[in-house]
Amino acid sequence: MAEFTMETGADGVAVITWDLPGKSMNVLTLAGGAELDALIDEALGDEAVKGIVITSGKDSFAGGMDLNVLGAMKENGVEAVFDGVMDLHRRLRKIELAGMDPKTKKGGKPIAAALPGTAMGIGLELPLACHRIFAADNPKAKIGLPEIMVGIFPGGGGTTRLVRKLGVMGASQYLLQGKSVDPKKAKGAGIIDEVAADPVAAAKEWVLGASDADLIKPWDAKGYKMPGGAPYHPAGFQTFVGANAMVNGQTWGAFPAAKALLSAVYEGAMVPFDTALRIEARWFTNVIMNPSSAAMIRSLFLNKEALEKGANRPDAPDQTVKKVGVMGAGMMGAGIALVSAQAGIEVVLIDQKQESADKGKAYVESYFEKGIKRGKSTPEKAAKILSRITATTDYDALKGADLIIEAVFEDVGVKAEVTKNVEAVVPDDCIFATNTSTLPISDLAKASKRPEQFIGIHFFSPVEKMALVEIIKGEKTGDRAVAKSLDYVRQIRKTPIVVNDARFFYANRCIIPYLNEGARMVAEGVEPVLVDNAARLLGMPVGPLQLIDETSIDLAVTIAKATKEALGDKYPKDAKPVDDLMFALYDKGRLGRKSNAGFYAYDEKGKRLGLWEGLDELTPMLDEQPEVTEVQHRLMFAQVLEAVRALEEGVLEDIREGDVGAILGWGFAPWSGGPFSWLDILGAPYAADRCDQLAQRYGERFSCPDLLREMADKGQTFYGRFGQGAAAA
Amino acid sequence: MSEAYIYDALRSPRGKGRADGSLHEVTSVALGKQMLNAIKDRSGLEGHAVEDVIWGNATQAMEQGGCLARTTVLASDLDERIPGLSINRFCASGMEAVNLAANQVRGGAGDAYIAGGVEMMSRVPMGSDGAAVAVDPTVALDSYFVPQGISADIIATEYGFSRDDADALAVASQNRAAEAWADKRFDKSIVTIKDVNGLTILDRDEYMRPGTDMQSLGGLKPAFKDMGETMPGFDNVAKLKYPHLEAINHIHHAGNSSGIVDGAAAVLIGNKAFGEKYGLKPRAIIRATAKVGTDPTIMLTGPVPATQRILEQSGMSISDIDLFEVNEAFSAVVLRFMQAFDVDHDKVNVNGGAIAMGHPLGASGAIIIGTLLDEMERRGLGTGLATLCVASGMGAATIIERV
Repeated sequence: MAEFTMETGADGVAVITWDLPGKSMNVLTLAGGAELDALIDEALGDEAVKGIVITSGKDSFAGGMDLNVLGAMKENGVEAVFDGVMDLHRRLRKIELAGMDPKTKKGGKPIAAALPGTAMGIGLELPLACHRIFAADNPKAKIGLPEIMVGIFPGGGGTTRLVRKLGVMGASQYLLQGKSVDPKKAKGAGIIDEVAADPVAAAKEWVLGASDADLIKPWDAKGYKMPGGAPYHPAGFQTFVGANAMVNGQTWGAFPAAKALLSAVYEGAMVPFDTALRIEARWFTNVIMNPSSAAMIRSLFLNKEALEKGANRPDAPDQTVKKVGVMGAGMMGAGIALVSAQAGIEVVLIDQKQESADKGKAYVESYFEKGIKRGKSTPEKAAKILSRITATTDYDALKGADLIIEAVFEDVGVKAEVTKNVEAVVPDDCIFATNTSTLPISDLAKASKRPEQFIGIHFFSPVEKMALVEIIKGEKTGDRAVAKSLDYVRQIRKTPIVVNDARFFYANRCIIPYLNEGARMVAEGVEPVLVDNAARLLGMPVGPLQLIDETSIDLAVTIAKATKEALGDKYPKDAKPVDDLMFALYDKGRLGRKSNAGFYAYDEKGKRLGLWEGLDELTPMLDEQPEVTEVQHRLMFAQVLEAVRALEEGVLEDIREGDVGAILGWGFAPWSGGPFSWLDILGAPYAADRCDQLAQRYGERFSCPDLLREMADKGQTFYGRFGQGAAAA
Repeated sequence: MSEAYIYDALRSPRGKGRADGSLHEVTSVALGKQMLNAIKDRSGLEGHAVEDVIWGNATQAMEQGGCLARTTVLASDLDERIPGLSINRFCASGMEAVNLAANQVRGGAGDAYIAGGVEMMSRVPMGSDGAAVAVDPTVALDSYFVPQGISADIIATEYGFSRDDADALAVASQNRAAEAWADKRFDKSIVTIKDVNGLTILDRDEYMRPGTDMQSLGGLKPAFKDMGETMPGFDNVAKLKYPHLEAINHIHHAGNSSGIVDGAAAVLIGNKAFGEKYGLKPRAIIRATAKVGTDPTIMLTGPVPATQRILEQSGMSISDIDLFEVNEAFSAVVLRFMQAFDVDHDKVNVNGGAIAMGHPLGASGAIIIGTLLDEMERRGLGTGLATLCVASGMGAATIIERV
């Protein structure tokens, strides 16, 4: 079936329509690229055709490249990748030059892009190669080049064209941050040319009226100068110095794609346009071949999408949630009510006191007020969403609910009471989910008369910001409960992972050792600044000490005490130095950010000032500080070995979930693609050796899991062994 | 191996490196030419007297481009058979010219050289020649490039120097320079700069601010704080290389950093036979030379390893050195040198330095060798060491001994 079709009207305008069969949004496939090229050839060669309009048969233009194509190209080696990218450049350049005479630049056929909606990635790079871009007045449409967010950069000429169009300064937020904007803003920024009610009609009209001069891109015209200056222009020099420093500083040097992008821009800025495209292709190839980029694409794009689309959904009829009951209107409950109502679900928000329930709803209200101030929402929209939330103390309001999410105090008794009371009023087929982060699901399920309909849905705080939701199956949880949870997570547009019930589930199980290892190093006398900076250098969004302050030191103390009680004699003996330090901070009233005092010092307004100077007195610093890589390996292995153990124990059933969950859940070094991808990059033999060294130096918690040892012996990788169709990139 | 002797050393006065500086009207060629002519005249050189003119310059663009060394020779009274070699080791270019010349002489490649350098910072501003190290991502990112002011502040943070430490050194530099001028200690080496008619344009260093004290310096804002902490945030880059630093202590400002000036200097270096031929008395022997590469991010710590290397190679110890010139690029550079070798400030930059008088990049290395030699003669001391920190993480040093 054709992905592109062409129809030439009586007016002589050939309209090429992109409509990838079976998909809601266009992505560029290998076959599609060839089809488009053939149609362009045909139109350019057809004397009856005066001009061309490229548009889409869907409500959007295109979402980007089919990233599986990149994976397939990569399998044929570096030269195949480069050749493939150069082919794409040649095709887009053919559109841009449109058959004009190379010397006189006359006689070309005008080619316009008409975007009915979203145009991202190659979906924008193709229009950028056209002579004029028209977009529908569709405020929901997103125009942008988000490639950097999955570990690559715009490699279809988008980098070279946008920089030449807007200058380095102007293009930087789109290229380096992957920012996307609506059509009006895109026009304001100079990315597209026109916003029109009927972009195809407007494009046709333009095509018929365009002159030879209208087809010459600024960079193909004589005397072109890059806006803001090329690297060795005085102003350009400052821009490049600044861009390098900002990218280095803000990414902590940890993202190869950002570096490659900068090099493509810098080197490309000093040569003619076609040479710049070749340079872009060389750096793009370099990034595609980089294991970090491959891992990022795999986790952040392919597998994230697969999980969102229900890769691990049991076979069950549609479980779309219509009415959700949220029990407990605290911060978590209010956040859950917010995202549910936003997704169009009717919400009953229940708390013991009306005042508390109202407070929860007021939180949602203030969230939208901020949004309205920032122009991200409108009073009408906010009112509509708020009208979906009923804040009450009355359990009868839960009648007809098909999903309950319980977010009350973390106490087995309290939760059991709520479970019973809820089940007394809700329909028999209602699924009951608990948002516990510490209590075993199977224990809580004992309070339910329908344990097969009882499940854990673990949100991260703040709910409205965090993209990951961890779904936890108890011993008796049935398939429909899992399907319901997955359908719900899809409705609220978050990314789910499904794990089995075990202490701290998956995410917290890995985060806690990371925090503990950070605190432990401080207790050993490692400079706290080295600990947190070492983590930042790994691409972690926050260092362990800062994260402890954020999550609060009393929580750490509570968890330590509870774990000690639960494990008894099995409580690890080497936990003592960490406990001593945390308890000492706790005793001093340094509870973290909430008390404006923790590992860090804060001012009255809660602004973090710097590390607390008194730490030295609690724990003397070593004269000889460790190498930063040693600190980093302790922090990384503390996390990834827990992930491997979770896989070994069957808590985690799919390594894709382990990787995606780690990046979205706690910001695990995104450049690595996740814990399992990182171990694959290291190689199992090296990782196992490193475990042995760390275990010998620092304790048993680093001892190599049997699974990793076995993989080291057999020379296996995680994605090789557990790939499940996830190894495409 | 023949020995390399210094027969003469001279310099221009340093003009403010701005459009209203006295030397701003003088071209790089005209300033350099007057150095070469002074060398020729003072020693009575004739014909193909030297093998080469090695000329340091840190910004080889526009009028300083196109092999300025040869251009300056052609403009001067020197014989056209004398070629010219332009070199660039940034701030140590003038020293490197001397060291190269000395080692050529020691190696037997000719009897004599004129070595020195020029920098007209008011006419060819710093950075006019471009610098890939700052903008090419393949270097700038992986070597954690930061501007020198940030590097100087990293030194202060890493080695514990306070704003007061830095300001006190600056005050001393000003006081010492004023005293040296009052005492006519530079008279032997200063060449008055004249116009085409022989009228004087400048005969003394004009950058100095006599009477500078801690209070007046205290009012100056740190110069590199904004670019470090906010835009574009170089401190974050510094922390990538120095993750044990929580924050950078920004202590440097215009008053405790070297001044931007115009200036030039030249040194006549030859073997024994050369001196005999022209009836010249050698003033000093160039005992040893060294250059090193160091961490490019902290960038300016080079004088320490360069000194360690030169002492090691010459079998000397720090206590063998009677007098030091450590280029005052930034206060922290000198403070770090004195800290590393436990050398008293009484022996370092005793007539002031670049903070008071200015730092014409390509010339400074030759200037401080001359200043060192003049003062060794005045004090009757035997051995002196001159050293500079160098951009992109380098260092250079020279040891001279009086004969």
